[in-house]
Amino acid sequence: MSAHAVELLYQMLRIRRFEEKCVELYSSQKIRGFLHLYIGEEAVAVGSISCLAPDDAIVATYREHGQALVRGVSPGAIMAEMYGKREGCARGRGGSMHFFDTQKRLYGGNAIVGGGLPPAVGMALADKMQNRQRVTCCVFGDGAVAEGEFHESMNLASLWKLPVLFLCENNLYAMGTALRLEHCVTELVKKADAYNVASAAVDGMDVLAVEAATQKALAYIRSGVGPYFLECRTYRFRAHSMFDAELYRSKAEVEEWKKRDPISNLSAHLKSEGAITDADIEEMERKVAHEIAEAVNFAEAGTWEPVEDLTRFVYSERRTS
Amino acid sequence: MKTMTYREAVREAIRDALRKDERVFLMGEDVGRYGGCFAVSKGLLEEFGPERIRDTPLSESAFVGAGIGAALNGMHPIVEIMTVNFSLLALDQIINNAATLLHMSGGQFNVPLVIRMATGGGKQLAAQHSHSLEGWYAHIPGIKVLTPATIEDARWMLASALADLDPVLIFENQTLYNMEGAIPAEVASVDIDHARVRRAGDDISIITYGVGLWKSFEAAEKLAAEGIEAEVIDLRTLRPLDNETFLASIAKTHRVLIVDEGWRSGGISAEISARVMEGAFYDLDTPVERVCGAEVPMPYAKHLELVALPQPETIVATARKMVRKNG
Repeated sequence: MSAHAVELLYQMLRIRRFEEKCVELYSSQKIRGFLHLYIGEEAVAVGSISCLAPDDAIVATYREHGQALVRGVSPGAIMAEMYGKREGCARGRGGSMHFFDTQKRLYGGNAIVGGGLPPAVGMALADKMQNRQRVTCCVFGDGAVAEGEFHESMNLASLWKLPVLFLCENNLYAMGTALRLEHCVTELVKKADAYNVASAAVDGMDVLAVEAATQKALAYIRSGVGPYFLECRTYRFRAHSMFDAELYRSKAEVEEWKKRDPISNLSAHLKSEGAITDADIEEMERKVAHEIAEAVNFAEAGTWEPVEDLTRFVYSERRTS
Repeated sequence: MKTMTYREAVREAIRDALRKDERVFLMGEDVGRYGGCFAVSKGLLEEFGPERIRDTPLSESAFVGAGIGAALNGMHPIVEIMTVNFSLLALDQIINNAATLLHMSGGQFNVPLVIRMATGGGKQLAAQHSHSLEGWYAHIPGIKVLTPATIEDARWMLASALADLDPVLIFENQTLYNMEGAIPAEVASVDIDHARVRRAGDDISIITYGVGLWKSFEAAEKLAAEGIEAEVIDLRTLRPLDNETFLASIAKTHRVLIVDEGWRSGGISAEISARVMEGAFYDLDTPVERVCGAEVPMPYAKHLELVALPQPETIVATARKMVRKNG
């Protein structure tokens, strides 16, 4: 168990340091556009995405760096994407909000809140119609739960008993609007009852709890009885994006949540158990720093797509499937 | 030759696709047990079962989005939306997902999805069931917009749309479903990229699509009785728009009249007019004219709806004025 927990800690640290590097690169204007950081929420992506099988699919949101990294999308391709380079995981057409990878079955990076849910339902429908035992994991936030597309999709997936994991990252704010100001029922897990969807809520700051809850959800889905709604209660430590003065929440609230930092807490726990030492953590930091440095080097060395290729990929270049 | 209605032609096209390819399925509101709100899919549920003829909840965004997801994951769905007006509830999926995924993913994820819907006015269904928004969809890069006007195109365009790797929207004018005619029992293939000259003439080019084709034919017959020969061009596809066919016609006739049920401002008629200016300005003997839908939400009362839509009489009067002016 400990070795596994150490691996989870490592994955969370990877995301944290990667995101910190993104802030730096944003400040030096290497990364532009919107940049939504995952800092604080690492336990959700690590605990959930690592449970998926290679042929399961993921539909994520514009805050998808964590999911992409855990899924194994090349950090270099991710970084190059944010640089806008041709070597990026969407050839520089997507940027920070739109990572795609056919090999890893990552279907975006959807930046319309709630917009990824209907396609996720359809992907699960295709799997069911073709008798494949795959799951589509659809990630969205508390904001999406207020969208009509959430309700339509939950109803449809339940009606047709489709293998969808509805993974709600409830970080308490829809951009700057607090949960209590956006939902009449703030216990989001209750919404699943209306659609007869099995559900659970879990501490999203505890990677082991997220992992256990995800495994339970996946076992349920794979048994063929229908979708599952998993609410992970988490918190974003940083601003919504790089253009956010954070007027809507107090510093004290953020500091309070930081006491529940999934990385430092798991790290302290593993140290107290004697599972890791400070030297192990230093080694982990070195490994992560090296991986990130290589990703940055890859992005720096990347090339710009020729402007003559601007209108490629509007329609398919091959003519037959 | 085989005689059938436009409705039967669409049904035959769907049946054919379902038989030939297991990845094809039909989903939408009331397509199964009800038989389709325009009775297009009547009988298909009995033949293919509820897995492939799927009744959906009234959730346009979810079932159109589900069509996108199914297409991404190996199926070839045909999604039916009752009318174009309801498709607005699914705009996010059509425009933000179907039209963008290929480009946004750097060419990785194409969406081989067909969405069919009824369009157009003329049946006293008022302002939420009568509009022609196909030209508006033609504004969007990443999708294709087909407007079969003939029974033959209703029968054969679907197969080409399904063979396409990208999202295709098919607009069926609701006044055409009962139209009957004889078409060849088999065709090799039907292209969905080109306009067709449906009636040859030397005096004026009438560019139209959908139900406008039939109104233009009627007008052309009346004009012929006056000695004016109109060339009638059926665009068939609004995106990609085939300039070549109408520019070639204009080089011969030197006059252009565009007939479109859609609204004039910012509509497909405006786009065609702009392309005529860009590609045939010096061929023109007279300014381009348009007969379009009046710029009002569609009224219910019959006499008002009649004048809100292009009619053969208006087409005749406009064409006559254009030809006589410098004939």
